[in-house]
Amino acid sequence: MSAEVPTPSGPQIGADEWVARSNERILGPRGPFGAVVRAIDRTPRIIILAVFVGFVAAIPFMTSNGYIQGVATDTMLYILLAMGLNVAVGWAGLLDLGYVAFYGFAAYMFAALSGGHLFTGGVLLTDWPTPAAVAVAIVATIFLGFVLALPTRRLRGDYLAIVTLFFLEIFNNFTNNGDRWDWLGLGGTHDVTGGTTGIIDVHPWRIGGTELTNYSRDYMWVALGGFTVLAVALMYANKSRTGRAWRALREDPLAAELMGMPVKWLMLLAVAVGAGVAGFAGSIIGAYHQQVSPDEFTFVLLITVYAMVILGGAGSLGGVVVGAIIVNVLLEVLNRPDHARWVFYAAVLIGLIVKVRPWRLLVAVLGGLVAFGVIVNQIVGAVWPRGVDGPIAVGPTAFTKQGFFAGAIRHWLVLPAHTYTIPHYTIGNYAFVIVLGLVLALTLVKGWKRWVLLVPMIWGAAFVWENLLIEQAPTVRPLMLGVILIVLMTTRPAGLFGQQRVEIV
Amino acid sequence: MTENGAERRPLLELRELSVAFGGLKVIDGLDLHVDEHEIVSVIGPNGAGKTTVFNLITGVFEPDSGDILLDGESLIGLAAHKITQRGVARTFQTLRLFLNMTVKENVMAAQYGRTKATLLEQMLRLPRARREERRMNEVAEEKLGFFGERLMGYRWNQPAYSLSYANRRRLEIARATATQPRILLLDEPAAGMNPVETHEITELIGKLRDEGGYTILLIEHDMHVVEGISDRVVALDHGVKISEGTFDSVATDPRVVEAYLGTSAAVTK
Repeated sequence: MSAEVPTPSGPQIGADEWVARSNERILGPRGPFGAVVRAIDRTPRIIILAVFVGFVAAIPFMTSNGYIQGVATDTMLYILLAMGLNVAVGWAGLLDLGYVAFYGFAAYMFAALSGGHLFTGGVLLTDWPTPAAVAVAIVATIFLGFVLALPTRRLRGDYLAIVTLFFLEIFNNFTNNGDRWDWLGLGGTHDVTGGTTGIIDVHPWRIGGTELTNYSRDYMWVALGGFTVLAVALMYANKSRTGRAWRALREDPLAAELMGMPVKWLMLLAVAVGAGVAGFAGSIIGAYHQQVSPDEFTFVLLITVYAMVILGGAGSLGGVVVGAIIVNVLLEVLNRPDHARWVFYAAVLIGLIVKVRPWRLLVAVLGGLVAFGVIVNQIVGAVWPRGVDGPIAVGPTAFTKQGFFAGAIRHWLVLPAHTYTIPHYTIGNYAFVIVLGLVLALTLVKGWKRWVLLVPMIWGAAFVWENLLIEQAPTVRPLMLGVILIVLMTTRPAGLFGQQRVEIV
Repeated sequence: MTENGAERRPLLELRELSVAFGGLKVIDGLDLHVDEHEIVSVIGPNGAGKTTVFNLITGVFEPDSGDILLDGESLIGLAAHKITQRGVARTFQTLRLFLNMTVKENVMAAQYGRTKATLLEQMLRLPRARREERRMNEVAEEKLGFFGERLMGYRWNQPAYSLSYANRRRLEIARATATQPRILLLDEPAAGMNPVETHEITELIGKLRDEGGYTILLIEHDMHVVEGISDRVVALDHGVKISEGTFDSVATDPRVVEAYLGTSAAVTK
């Protein structure tokens, strides 16, 4: 309607040069990591996607190791889940804590349609062809997304979080107790979900007459294929009117509504699209594990997927993929003592190198650490010989007890022998409390005292690690994940690839 | 209700509009009309209910009684985004831009109600989605071009939070025009601007009417702006219309002077 459109011109000296170059001053990634991010930014998204898909698809040809293929399959499923959650959380800004229920619902739905056994012995009679079962499971999950979002469409923020969390709890209760479903007291109880054991012997996918029974390889390819399609579709959605409307809704729901965007409908749509992605992942997991059990779809899984989205950068499609890979691979590594040990010592060393400046101080701290450990080891050895006689914890693939690294740990740390009079884990428990006290003390003192205190603290942490935590993967995994998230949130609040957001200016 | 027989029907008409918040009558029996291609200013002291009138028209609040007609059709009970799609767009006194979206995205987002491609079409980049996307891009550039060089070129891809205050006000107006409205409600467009910028925004509002073809309802405290562009001025106090007419007649109305300065000032005048 305006008469003429002035031709856009670049920045000129004296003409708002400051504003023109504001992009360079945005709080963006810096340093070597920043260089990587910028290089990735310049590459077209479709090429990155092609390289990633090509690499993952080739994993089964590179290794026949079933464990690695299994980790790859799990990671692909986590990527799908993180991508779906990102739609509601990252794009539309809705704190949806019921998300995992969609995943579980689809898994049950697929198992019920594709066929399997309830643990109580009842045979699920249905034996649908895979495409039909998957399609119906996904559509039903999307529908469930709409239904659950309907009563919450007026809620936002904390309120939405509380209500959706209850949906997840209801779902868990339903699946756990669904084996004695009582139709309003008419005609006894029925088994609907298989109760705490769920559905077993879930039929594998059948595509074109072949059954997919090379589980970790086949379902990785299935998940990867779905991922490719969904990643492109979501990438396009994000760049179109709906994606923009979701982001507008995240920024300011009232302004979005007053600019002609149907906010409530957009909320329903965001939850439903996320549910659809989770629905696809759900119809893989049952066939892949040959079983659907209710304890898979709990709050723990929800937090794990959230950690992936937040760590990668909520709102960034590539970011949440990277987040899912990092978190899942890390959790796998922490599962085995011989691998977890490397993560622990590497993390301590990298943390020291990054944080301790100048280098003279770093050398002093490292030297102090070595000296402190050796001296303590000698003293304990002289006073109580059995105190340094303990075995070193090893994983499934034996971490050699005679190797240099093992020897170093033996002469640096104190590993008490495993006896019944004073169990080594009791000592580890007490040491754990002392280390926590040292951490607190460290935050209270300043200056040189902090560096002096740092040495016994790190040594104590290593002591606790070798004597207590390394053998307790279920405790260590959330602990390490929590530490990583805390460190990341203080250094990069928007996640690895997330755009730094400005709330009030 | 509608009087189709009337010779010239107002574009926007408020009839006996009333709303109370917890017993406090904020708007009390307000009648107001804005004709096509008219610029009407609403003035009044702080707390007079000016912004509440805007909130009622745009559907943020629902009135207790009375009617709001756009081109003879009632807007009462419609969802806010439907009212915008009927052709009413507004700006905000306290800016409400989508700060973390780019300048162009802000304007493109506002065209949501003017596009129809479904989510599936967008995900698959089907022809209609692509066509609409191109169109939205063109409209966004055109609307931003309305402000001369201010919001052009390199600024398109900058986040809205990087803009200066005056440019944010311009972007809000651009965003409102992108919804393709028939009537623009501008809530204190000159607030927080320096004299040069105020002068510029005054000219711009005139240009919006003359070149853009919009009808404008304006809330403004800066009397230079009101004097410069208003066809008609309406004064509110405590939710009641106390005066209406040309700027000069309203500005010298004893009741208006009293509302702004108190009784003694009105008497000595």
